[in-house]
Amino acid sequence: MPTCKDFLRELSDYLDSALDPATKKELDKHVEECPNCWVVLDTTQKTVKIYKGCEPQAVPAALEDKLMTALKAKMAEKKCGSS
Amino acid sequence: MTSTEPQSDEDLVELAKSGDDTAFPELVKRYSRRILRVARNITNHEEDSEDVLQETFMKAYTHLDGFQGNSKFYTWLVRIAMNESLMKLRKRKTGKLVSLDEELNTGEDTMVREIAVWEGNPEDTYSQEELREILDKTIASLPEGFRTVFMLRDVEELSTEETAEALELSIPAVKSRLLRARLQLREKLTRLFKSKGENTFAYL
Repeated sequence: MPTCKDFLRELSDYLDSALDPATKKELDKHVEECPNCWVVLDTTQKTVKIYKGCEPQAVPAALEDKLMTALKAKMAEKKCGSS
Repeated sequence: MTSTEPQSDEDLVELAKSGDDTAFPELVKRYSRRILRVARNITNHEEDSEDVLQETFMKAYTHLDGFQGNSKFYTWLVRIAMNESLMKLRKRKTGKLVSLDEELNTGEDTMVREIAVWEGNPEDTYSQEELREILDKTIASLPEGFRTVFMLRDVEELSTEETAEALELSIPAVKSRLLRARLQLREKLTRLFKSKGENTFAYL
């Protein structure tokens, strides 16, 4: 039977569905019976989900303008160089 | 096919390579937000992250002909951004002689101390702005070696293999850092989000 330490060691692979079926089954059973590991699993899962779901902030307009101006200059330079 | 259908990254890359002036700016628009987020979360420095954003797209454009399409365009782009960010970070760190291994080898990062369920759903409790600020601050407090792996694997959704290649790490090292990063973030977020009245107790 896996211990809490075993569960914690395999937690990432458990979340990423990267475990062999036999190990997964054993850990499923452990989580069902161990409230602490269930909480750790649940809150780790939520941690990953909340980061994945967070939309990146918009690029400030001034920064975007600066980037596009630099890019246009680079594109013109490349064209001149190749013609 | 109608003209309103969004073009794939691959099509835009090919168009840009053949001299279409609108194609590369389209890719910039598509990914600049995400590249800026990577740069901010790795450098933890506003000015550096703005430089990284610009340098990433300049480098990508300059080396576009060398991009063979063996990986996805975004994976290639994010690798450039990660390298640029790490270079900035190293420049600022010169003088501090703490090796990456030393920084990571505290032995305490797989400890779990906070065992408490979260109060509701943080996405409902906080505005998007507030939540983003919390998440950015929390990730900024992780050691560099954990931040980089977490950003690539869990935020930018690169595979373990792609992350290992981008950071020149072994696959077991990526997996071990990812686990420790996830647990440290969980620990920090639980302190903020746990249900009131929940007692925390030592575990493991």
